Amino acid sequence: MTITAGKKREKLDRLSELAARQDEQGVSLWQEALRRLRRNPAAIVGAVIFALFVVVALVGPFLVPYSPTDSMGIRDGLIKPGVIPGIDSAHWLGYDHQGRDEFSRLIVGARQTLLVGVVATLIGLAIGALIGGVAGTAAGLGGRWGRWLDSTLMRFIDMLLAMPSLLLAVSIAALLGPSLITVMIAVGVVSVPVFARLLRGSMISQSNSDYVLAATALGVKKSKIALTHVVPNSLAPVIVQATLTLATAIIEAAALSFLGLGNQNSAIPEWGVMLAEAQPYLGVRPGLAIYPAVAIIITALGFTLLGEAMREALDPKLRK
Amino acid sequence: MFRFIVRRLLQLIPTLFGLSVLLFIWLHRLPGGPETAILGERGTPEMRAQIRRNLGLDEPILVQYARFLRRLIKLDLGTSTSTKRAVTTEFLERFPGTVELTLMAMIIAIGIGIPLGYLAARRRGRLLDHASVGGSLIGICIPVFFLAYVLKAIFSEHFHWFPSSGRQDPTLGATRVTNFFLLDGLMTREWDAAADALWHLVLPGIALASIPLAIIVRITRASVLEVLGEDFVRTAEAKGLTENTVRRRHVLRNAMLPVATSIGLLTGGLLSGAVLTETVFAFSGIGAFVAEAIGQRDYPVLMGFIMIIAVVYVLVNLIVDLSYSVIDPRVRVR
Repeated sequence: MTITAGKKREKLDRLSELAARQDEQGVSLWQEALRRLRRNPAAIVGAVIFALFVVVALVGPFLVPYSPTDSMGIRDGLIKPGVIPGIDSAHWLGYDHQGRDEFSRLIVGARQTLLVGVVATLIGLAIGALIGGVAGTAAGLGGRWGRWLDSTLMRFIDMLLAMPSLLLAVSIAALLGPSLITVMIAVGVVSVPVFARLLRGSMISQSNSDYVLAATALGVKKSKIALTHVVPNSLAPVIVQATLTLATAIIEAAALSFLGLGNQNSAIPEWGVMLAEAQPYLGVRPGLAIYPAVAIIITALGFTLLGEAMREALDPKLRK
Repeated sequence: MFRFIVRRLLQLIPTLFGLSVLLFIWLHRLPGGPETAILGERGTPEMRAQIRRNLGLDEPILVQYARFLRRLIKLDLGTSTSTKRAVTTEFLERFPGTVELTLMAMIIAIGIGIPLGYLAARRRGRLLDHASVGGSLIGICIPVFFLAYVLKAIFSEHFHWFPSSGRQDPTLGATRVTNFFLLDGLMTREWDAAADALWHLVLPGIALASIPLAIIVRITRASVLEVLGEDFVRTAEAKGLTENTVRRRHVLRNAMLPVATSIGLLTGGLLSGAVLTETVFAFSGIGAFVAEAIGQRDYPVLMGFIMIIAVVYVLVNLIVDLSYSVIDPRVRVR
């Protein structure tokens, strides 16, 4: 591959290598990281946004003033062509284009949005970690076949990495037909190469550590070392990456909805779909696009802040 | 240097071959086919079969692939099933638009990103630093199509400062030479046409620049911070060089390698994936066209465009790799 692609790889590999180093003073990597997270204001802001979002997603649907699917505005004759009533005391964010309470939809929408983000990330994590784990194990076992398997899997991942991610997602959506599940799969598959590369890199740097040498000296089988020692110790950067992927997954899901590949059933509110559906009404009620967009931006910001802070906390080079 | 370029270009051949096989299999597995896009739901099975026969889709996939390769050697990528025009013609008409848009976005992103990242690093912990780091985080988190709509609503529909769609005002009747509208205007000395084309690039350029700008600011900042801690910077300052010289000769030059890498990757990405921005501004480039071709199952367009995009992507990265040896003489390409 190219030097440039190599640099991209190096960045991922370095992250895994950094996480692989254990602290000497007997404090575990995670304890040390947590201690430093607590002192980082960005991490706290991120964590608060993260917690708030999860709470709203879990209990929000029970607290909303109106049903998110009740077209009360149309029933009451408030929605006419070119007229969508705005904010009043009963409807905090006004109505949407179908006369439903926008505030209720926004709150209920948090659940679907979280679901899309989490499922997409889990899909990417599961497939990526499987490929990366197999490649990492194969590289660790060595031998002709091990090296062959490792390099074959990684060439495949490199090709995925070089594909424009949105085009990849669009073509997956074309294969499966538009739906919320399609969006989850498409966004998930796009994040596969990152996870695969991270776990493999992390595993390879772990296999050079002393405890692997010790286990080998004790006569533990190579495959057992890989599964019970190396894999659990290599997961830190993958978990950090999952937090960051949650943010991009929510944004990419919104983009797919905008291209008309998302959920076709607007009865279940989801922020990306709400944002996409609001485009024709921008001139009438720009708020309909701004509310879900701001919700997406704040949520993505929270995940990104938290993820970046975790990455920094795990980087021994930045420890002072 | 020459051998390096030749070897990299030779490496392109197996990569492209692998990509073409994968693409071919993948595309032909998509449910439906061009006949569904052409006929809609109404066509009878006979009509569908007729269209498939005309397009050569009834033959075994290996035969179809061999035909694709035979044509490819003659640089013929076939005919679009949706527009009935040669794929190469479609490409030559649309790609210049995407190139102009990408260049505009990268000029904005680099022009603001590198100075801002440098200043943020120099004033670490101060207001400007926090503002640029925070701003770049928001830049990454804003959905691009939302930003595009907001720009369009404010600057074109409300203030009428910029046009809201297209690449040029068609009533100007500008002469076409290369399909790079800005370049055409300058070459034919139709200054108004050139200015109009440039004007059409501003809003989509800003929308497209948002993510690259955010990334360039962050990478420049991080990279400059690392270099500022180096001994040679302290030495340069200690021997009384002016701040200007230290900045240009010592700090920026050493900090530019990672920035150049990311610029290459970002440019390659923009050339292939400006789907959202092009859709919002009805900008005739390749992004929106390819996305549409997937819906139309336009196999020749998809094969052709994605293959050329891959070549362009590799070439852009080759240029970046070559630029390393210019930025840092210690890097020798072999």
